[in-house]
Amino acid sequence: MPKDHGIGASSKRREDIRFLTGRGAYTDDLAMQGQVHAVMVRANVAHGRIVSIDTSAAAAMPGVLAIFTGADFADVGGNPAGWLIHSRDGSPMREPKRPVLAHGKVRHVGDAYAAVVAETHEQARDAAEAVAAGTEIEELPAIVDMAGAVANADNRVHDEIPDNLCFDWGWIEANRDAVDAAMKAAPHVTTLELVNNRLVPNAMEPRASIGEFNPGTGDYKLTTTSQNPHLTKLLVCAFVLGIPEHKLTVVAPDVGGGFGSKIYHYGEEALVLAAAKKLGRPVRWTAERSESFLTDAHGRDHVTTIEVGATLDGEILAIRTNTLANVGAYLSNFSTATPTFLHGTLMAGPYKVPHVYVNLKAVFTNTAPVDAYRGAGRPEATYSLERAIDKMARELKLDPVAVRRKNLLTPDQFPYTTPVGLVYDVGNYQATLDKALDMADLAGFEARAAKSRAAGKLRGVGLSTWIEACGIAPSHLVGQLGSRVGLYDAATVRVSATGTIQVMTGAHSHGQGHETVFAQVVAEKLSIPEGAVEIVHGDTSKIPFGMGSYGSRSLAVCGSAMDRALDKIIAKGKKIAAHMLEAAEGDITFENGSFSVAGTDKAKSFGEIAFSAYVPHNYPLETLEPGLEETAFYDPNNFTYPAGAYLCEVEIDPDTGKVTICSFTCADDFGNVMNPMVVEGQVHGGVAQGIGQALVEHTAYDENGQLLTASYMDYTMPRADDVPFYQVDHSCATPCTHNPLGVKGCGEAGAIGSPPAVVNAVIDALHRAGMTHVTHIDMPLTPARVWGAMQA
Amino acid sequence: MYNFEFAKPATITDAVKALAAEDAQALGGGQTLLPTMKQRLASPATLVSLNAIPEMIGVCVNDKGEVCIGGATTHATVAQEARAHYPGLAALASQIGDPAVRNRGTIGGSLANNDPSACYPAAALGSGALIKTNSRDIAADAYFQGMFATALAPGEIITEVRFPVPQKSNYQKFVQPASRFALVGVFVAKYADGVRVAVTGASTDGVFRWAEAEAALSADFAKGAIDALSPPKGDMIADLHGSADYRAHLVKVMTGRAVAAAG
Ligand SMILES: Cc1cc2nc3c(=O)[nH]c(=O)nc-3n(C[C@H](O)[C@H](O)[C@H](O)COP(=O)(O)OP(=O)(O)OC[C@H]3O[C@@H](n4cnc5c(N)ncnc54)[C@H](O)[C@@H]3O)c2cc1C
Repeated sequence: MPKDHGIGASSKRREDIRFLTGRGAYTDDLAMQGQVHAVMVRANVAHGRIVSIDTSAAAAMPGVLAIFTGADFADVGGNPAGWLIHSRDGSPMREPKRPVLAHGKVRHVGDAYAAVVAETHEQARDAAEAVAAGTEIEELPAIVDMAGAVANADNRVHDEIPDNLCFDWGWIEANRDAVDAAMKAAPHVTTLELVNNRLVPNAMEPRASIGEFNPGTGDYKLTTTSQNPHLTKLLVCAFVLGIPEHKLTVVAPDVGGGFGSKIYHYGEEALVLAAAKKLGRPVRWTAERSESFLTDAHGRDHVTTIEVGATLDGEILAIRTNTLANVGAYLSNFSTATPTFLHGTLMAGPYKVPHVYVNLKAVFTNTAPVDAYRGAGRPEATYSLERAIDKMARELKLDPVAVRRKNLLTPDQFPYTTPVGLVYDVGNYQATLDKALDMADLAGFEARAAKSRAAGKLRGVGLSTWIEACGIAPSHLVGQLGSRVGLYDAATVRVSATGTIQVMTGAHSHGQGHETVFAQVVAEKLSIPEGAVEIVHGDTSKIPFGMGSYGSRSLAVCGSAMDRALDKIIAKGKKIAAHMLEAAEGDITFENGSFSVAGTDKAKSFGEIAFSAYVPHNYPLETLEPGLEETAFYDPNNFTYPAGAYLCEVEIDPDTGKVTICSFTCADDFGNVMNPMVVEGQVHGGVAQGIGQALVEHTAYDENGQLLTASYMDYTMPRADDVPFYQVDHSCATPCTHNPLGVKGCGEAGAIGSPPAVVNAVIDALHRAGMTHVTHIDMPLTPARVWGAMQA
Repeated sequence: MYNFEFAKPATITDAVKALAAEDAQALGGGQTLLPTMKQRLASPATLVSLNAIPEMIGVCVNDKGEVCIGGATTHATVAQEARAHYPGLAALASQIGDPAVRNRGTIGGSLANNDPSACYPAAALGSGALIKTNSRDIAADAYFQGMFATALAPGEIITEVRFPVPQKSNYQKFVQPASRFALVGVFVAKYADGVRVAVTGASTDGVFRWAEAEAALSADFAKGAIDALSPPKGDMIADLHGSADYRAHLVKVMTGRAVAAAG
């Protein structure tokens, strides 16, 4: 019987009741007394010098209350990058200021250089048009192409950065010579140039912010679409506006998806706060979908050459990559970590590879900032590696499954120190591979391929054995790697007098299902009903601190903090029980929700202890305080390393180039699983996004820096009929060795492991049909691209 | 969106009158016009809704056996009510957009807009339909005049479209992956006096008839009849979603499929 309660049960997502019945409360749903509306004035050229801004006509328009330009924020701070990267020569990365509003220059289409606040949204929009009409911008040549950006020293995104280079990073620089030598000596070297396509995050809810200021108290409040309200608070207070931290509350209410794009602090958040202060009225701003396309931090956008040195029987000897990574016009908060420490450190994959070296140059261009997007760096690493290994197998006429098997780490090799700086604690990559092959019935492939052939279709199968590092934390590690903050998390468990529980978590749920899953963990640990537990998140005034949700960290890091806080609750409960039962604290055991004196039938239920904690009469106050509330901060000592094997089967219509995914099989190791249904849902969503990247999602700027795919008319999102019914398994679990729940994180896996499986399957189908000249097609594999490759 | 006045006349005569006002514009289902207005790319002073004019709504068959569709009839209604009379046309209507679009978008709006990737123009041209307006009748062959261009005069409204019913017909739509409009759509109709092949989505001149395929299929209405043809010449659209060569190639593929599906 599967469990119906607590850890391991597929408890229904309690948050869905409000989400699915229209009772969620998103930022734009919240109406404030006396509210006014902000509209941003955005650049319609990618690169230009602001010659003049005449706001007088706009200021005289009906309803207009205030107009801001870059000059108004020239003296406040910029929005900083969270990670400091050093170049190979030891110099620190170039960090141009990212202002609240562009000043002097605009640097990408959509870059806001002014904002209008008016009584109504339409009035603000009318006035914003008038500001635009009153603005003279001298257009400069746009810097779009990365190679061109680096080569052309005369044209600069930031005047002070001569070669548009943020940094030139080597990982690990000390490996470089050994890798070069190993590559030279390798009997076979496979080389592959590939593009990891830029993606627009497309959260269902566009970004929105409301700023409030109370002139009576001097208190500010920011309600905003954030995955990470505490970080936003810290950035606004300590870096951008200088508001004393105790005077700002940041609330991220229901948030409709983020996929990374809502981790970061954006200028509009500072703008609504500054405007609220000036006007003494709530100021609200909600992005239109076109603004989301132009200004949400985009994802991926790497151009990579990967080389794999191998023996003739497919043993990998060395891996070397050279990558240009687009950071766009400004550094978004994690933009320097994503292509480096979330990417270069994963370049050994799940394989035993003696030599690995990664060179990555981060390049400024006149495009939207690029930052972490579901998977963040790890999909880029996995894609390069899994595509290159497939190509290597093909070149050596070896079976791609056998090549992987030959190189995968074996269970006895853990803990395993990679040549790129990580220590994998545990895993069983053979188990997930075997499981995936079995579930997908690889043995029956030939028969299915024959059927496809008979119907005029080309069938292929593609594999990806992936690993990632998540549960983004270890402060000591990320600190060494350049993070300017520690990445622990925190939780407070508050037991009420009647024994119900609120847990305040630093992790933020914007679709993941924390409110359900975290409650399951509490219920299990205390043997109480899940319904007696409420998870509170997204409000900095209620929660001690937190580093938000991203990097598949919520359960592994914040869940562990909660587990620690529960340990403290139990310890305190034992103290109370010892007092009530007149026994020694050391004799009290806690089991099945009951505190009892070992070896006796004397016991107090959890509810009795809770009640006693709040209505004490005779506590020895020097040694026993009333109340039952505990906080824990948790900082793990390593990342977690989920891994798995994905198998994709496709059919190509040779007449049109259209790829149909026939089946997609995932065998994942996420360690212990708290709620199988929620985990499965995370994998479904992640794989859908990976299939989106592989087959349909394409972000294109023209040579003038205009975004060609700026709406759903041209930007393709994967839809239900683009994806198959998935086969998902997570039974091959090796629990994480270093967090108390043994969990690894499942939020990004699907998006990390799936793109190479899809592309490998398409190449396989073409090769089986004799088109061996097609060794690679860049994503997305649209019908036009596949057909084009077939003709070449 | 800018502010505008709204009129909802009950007769064609009143609609024509209302449309004579300065910067007045007809509103069908609003599926093209409203998004444009929201983006502030269009700013009519008055919207004249055609959705409450009974004589412009519905599907019927006239004495000549033609299927007659009111200009303000939605795609969903055509998909449902034309099925028994002209299945090829009903099937085309059922593939336009999504249910929300089909429940509001109208045949008159689609033909007036003449988007180069829209579906209805292929059916109208491929059927040799008659486009009836408040002031005249226009043959489909004279109606379509290039991308977004038609024979309509300002203020002229499509009140009805009459389709001669072919012996066999089929529409094959290869979707543009993002918009799911036609990247290439081909409507093939076999009449007693010959075959018509109309292509949408492909050409920079908008919907067109592929004469060579029509000749070949009129001689032999079989998929193989076009095998020997090279893809149509002319200026094909080249964009993010497909090159000119790809589109030309798809025209041939979709034509073949339409013939096969028409049976
Ligand atoms: C998400 C989406 C998907 C779509 N997918 C497809 C698709 O796959 N294939 C396809 O063909 N189309 C598609 N469309 C377009 C859809 O079919 C529209 O309904 C159609 O293009 C316009 O019809 P409408 O009635 O909505 O016209 P409106 O938007 O109201 O008007 C469009 C234009 O026509 C004028 N007009 C309206 N009615 C008349 C009339 N009777 N006489 C003269 N002028 C008139 C208006 O003044 C305006 O200029 C899609 C639209 C959307 C929003």
